[in-house]
Amino acid sequence: MTVIGWIQVLLYCAIVVALVKPLGWYMTRVFSGERTPLTPILRPVEVGLYRIGGVDEKREQHWLTYTVAMLLFHVGGFLIIYGVMRLQALLPFNPAGQSAVAQDLSFNTAISFITNTNWQNYGGESTLSYLTQMLSLTPQNFLSAATGIALAVALIRGFSRSSMRTIGNFWVDVTRCTLYVLLPICIVYTLFLVWQGVPQTLGAYVEATTLEGGKQTIAVGPVASQVAIKMLGTNGGGFFNANAAHPFENPTALSNFVQMISIFALGAALTNVFGRMVGNQRQGWAILGVMGVLFLAGVAVTYWAEANGTSMLSALGFSGGNMEGKEVRFGIVASSLFAVITTAASCGAVNAMHDSFTALGGMIPLLNIQLGEIIVGGVGAGLYGMLLFVVLAIFVAGLMVGRTPEFVGKKIEAREVKMAMLAILILPLMILGWTAVAVVFPPAVASMANAGPHGFTEVLYAFTSATGNNGSAFGGLTGNTFFYNLTLASSMFVGRFFMIVPAMALAGSLAAKKSIPPSAGTLPTTGGLFVGLVVGVILIIGGLTFFPALALGPIVEHLAMNANTLF
Amino acid sequence: MLREIRPAILILLLLTAITGLAYPLAMTAIAGAIFPRQAQGSLIEKDGKVIGSALIGQEFKDDKYFHGRPSATSAPDPADPTKTVSAPYNAANSGGSNLGPTSKALKDRIKEDFAKLKTENPAAPIPVDLVTTSGSGLDPDISPEGALFQVPRVAKARNLPEARVQQLVTEHVQGRMAGLLGEPRINVLALNLALDEVSK
Repeated sequence: MTVIGWIQVLLYCAIVVALVKPLGWYMTRVFSGERTPLTPILRPVEVGLYRIGGVDEKREQHWLTYTVAMLLFHVGGFLIIYGVMRLQALLPFNPAGQSAVAQDLSFNTAISFITNTNWQNYGGESTLSYLTQMLSLTPQNFLSAATGIALAVALIRGFSRSSMRTIGNFWVDVTRCTLYVLLPICIVYTLFLVWQGVPQTLGAYVEATTLEGGKQTIAVGPVASQVAIKMLGTNGGGFFNANAAHPFENPTALSNFVQMISIFALGAALTNVFGRMVGNQRQGWAILGVMGVLFLAGVAVTYWAEANGTSMLSALGFSGGNMEGKEVRFGIVASSLFAVITTAASCGAVNAMHDSFTALGGMIPLLNIQLGEIIVGGVGAGLYGMLLFVVLAIFVAGLMVGRTPEFVGKKIEAREVKMAMLAILILPLMILGWTAVAVVFPPAVASMANAGPHGFTEVLYAFTSATGNNGSAFGGLTGNTFFYNLTLASSMFVGRFFMIVPAMALAGSLAAKKSIPPSAGTLPTTGGLFVGLVVGVILIIGGLTFFPALALGPIVEHLAMNANTLF
Repeated sequence: MLREIRPAILILLLLTAITGLAYPLAMTAIAGAIFPRQAQGSLIEKDGKVIGSALIGQEFKDDKYFHGRPSATSAPDPADPTKTVSAPYNAANSGGSNLGPTSKALKDRIKEDFAKLKTENPAAPIPVDLVTTSGSGLDPDISPEGALFQVPRVAKARNLPEARVQQLVTEHVQGRMAGLLGEPRINVLALNLALDEVSK
């Protein structure tokens, strides 16, 4: 670890924190339907969409209607992706002549993109046409992100409203989020990326004759426009197989730094939206504080582990850390930092191969996802995930002092705690359940690229990433098999929607409650005590649930590495 | 609930058209006009022929060129399309080795490269980037130490004084951005092009 490395980490944190208030202010106005600087340009488009779509923007929805609208929206999204992938050989914008994508792989990819996971069982440049990338994947990058944010805003309304039956209108929330928040940022961001060297062309792959006279086919494409939203919307599905490690997706140290900021920007700002909407910005900062504590702890461990390197490298006298799977332009610190960010948020883009990280360096990304991706988290999903833990923490605190727990003026009662627990228990069910099946099913075991505990970690990471809708991978695992295409798709689906439905039920039941003013017996939820309590609950739940599995994977591998045992 | 079906179809189609066609196509047009070189992939031409991209590493094996890092990319086996064969710096199929810290295969590979590099320059310590594969398999850069390590071999193969080659290396070091972000590095293709100019 170096001083300049830590300066980069702290500079990163400072910029993310500095963006929280302005973005929070802007998004609060967007979702409250107030005027914004972009209203004169975008309002006519918005009104046109509502008119054609038959949406009455004044009519709000009950939580159940809101959820059904969201689900219907995703059925259509699924069909578009699946259809375009199956038909890509017949459709235009296919200069590389890619053939139709197989049924199970198309199914997996369609689920992957509607759930904001962007798990890639395909290699972008070797499987997909430009049209598939643009027309089927890019829109779901926008819309699954907009959905996540819409749901978070709906849950915030649950907290901020009093005695109401409705929590907003899904169509309005999704449309406004796409038009006012995601698109304008992506337009500027795309141009920045092209300036840095990310291609944006519909031209065919380039045939080059190298300096030594060899042939090199260089894959290009409309890359920048997709990379912009894949980062901002915490989607993470790369245009290329190597994702953000590919020099065409992430050419410079500056593009890397901005990409890292864009992963956290909206998720962090949503804590401020929460604070503003419940009428107490300090409440938003307290939640961001919980995230910050867990984040910095993760960065410290991964950075330390990667800088320390592996025993096989030090045995041969190498210094300079574990550079296997990392790019020279990013080095140890920017690769470690990126890995922690992308898994703390539910992004899943990678600028270094997590499979080649040291045992402990790779365990932190795994643990980040297992804790529920609540450290900033996916846009929207992170906040509603975190609020579920807050409900639980408040409940535990209430039990300790023997009073009915309350949070931002809402009594937390049996129904709320049940819904929060239901949502939280979905994660381990899919992760541990499918991992257990995979490690005793011979065709699934055959997909492992590494032997020993590392192979087990590859499988555990795959189901963790899919269920958490992250999308990063221990990439050695051959995921494009019938077994993994289906089981991972089921994990992604359940991990996304079986968490959303209880969260929306929670929103509905909270909105219907009366707001009560704080009394002398109310636990203050903006201070260090609250932050400590929530961090504790997150670590206890995550730790108790996943420690046995981690002990079989990264922990035993770390011990084996120190004993110079190879597999 | 039934009235949600119409927007579920129409709002989806309209937003898909905006974000999936209008947005990427407009960005392609604008980016192509403002940054034509980058938008096409930062290609380098020599005598009217494309010799590569400034951002994409390519394979160098000749002693007279600086070598990039090992690359783990692969290509379909021409004899059997269901299998793959090693194809370093395959820019149509990026990827890393994905070998973990306790992988015997990784140790064998590193030991082999280590032995080869030791014979080339026994005196200097070997920089770690010269024996590890990058995440993309297309890393265009090596560390400044990685280039300096190769100076004796390149100078000998080209009959140039070592000091001259070393000077060229030093000139090609790209520092941290604003002295802060990223790591110092050298673009191998750019260095080799300059080397060819000097030897002419």
